[in-house]
Amino acid sequence: MKIILNNREEVFESDALTVDEIMKIKRFTFSKIIVKLNNTFIEKEDYDKTSVKEGDNLVVLHLLAGG
Amino acid sequence: MKYEDIKKSLKNKTVGIAGCGGLGSNCAVALARTGIGKLIIADFDIIEESNLNRQYYFYDQIGQPKATALKTNIERINPETIVESHLIMLDANNIPSVFKDCDVIVEAFDKTETKEMIMKVVSHKMPEKYLIMGIGMAGWGANNLFTDKHFDKLIICGDGVNEIRDDNPPLAPRVGIVANMQANVVLEILLGKNNNQIS
Repeated sequence: MKIILNNREEVFESDALTVDEIMKIKRFTFSKIIVKLNNTFIEKEDYDKTSVKEGDNLVVLHLLAGG
Repeated sequence: MKYEDIKKSLKNKTVGIAGCGGLGSNCAVALARTGIGKLIIADFDIIEESNLNRQYYFYDQIGQPKATALKTNIERINPETIVESHLIMLDANNIPSVFKDCDVIVEAFDKTETKEMIMKVVSHKMPEKYLIMGIGMAGWGANNLFTDKHFDKLIICGDGVNEIRDDNPPLAPRVGIVANMQANVVLEILLGKNNNQIS
C-alpha cells in the first residue's frame, strides 16, 4: 500500500498495517511521540488497534523539550 | 511588497505567543519590530539570571514576571504594537479564550507535555488557527539542520533532534534562530509567500 507519511509518499509491502507496526518498521523510537492519522490524534494505547490503509495520511512527530 | 504595505497589512493582525521564554520573547520582539498590530503574550514565570543567556530580558529585570517585562520591552522597541499580557499558566481550559482573537498562535513552551497539550487543544478546540511550534534547538552550530515542516495548519520549526539537557543546554544563537524562524513563518501566513524573493 501507498500512504503519505510525514508529507512523503511511502510504500509498504502489506495492504494494511497498524500504527504500531509502521512505527516498528520505520524505527520511530523517540520518547515523546505524537501520531495523527488523517488529522485525528491517535493515543499510544491505540497504536496496535489502529490500522493504516492505502491513501491514508500519517504524521508521526517527536516532541523535544526546549523553548 | 514595500515596507509601508507590509506594515499596513500587519497593523490589523494579532499573534498569540504561548510562553515568554527563549522562543516566545525573541519571536515576539521580531514580530513587534516588523510591525505586527497586536501581540497576546502569556507566561506565569519570573525572570531568573540563568534566563539571560537567551531570553529577551535585561539584568535589571530579574525577579519580574516575564509577561510584564516582555510587554515593557516591546513597548520600548515599538510602541505601536499593542501588547495584551496574561500572567497565567496556560492550560487546555484557558488557551481557547486567551488566544481566540489571534490570527496565528506561536507555541513557545519548554516542556514536551505542554507542547503536546497546546497541539491538541488548538487542533480540537480552535482548528481554524495556525499553530507554529519550535522543536529542537539545544546546543550550538549545525545551522544546516534547521527546517520548517508543514502539516496543514501545524508548522514545526527547529532541528527536530536536539533536546535540551543538562549537557546540551539552550543558548542564545540556536534558540534565537528557531524563534525567528517561527516569526518568519508567521509573516508567511499573514502576508503570503514572498514572490519577489529567490527561494
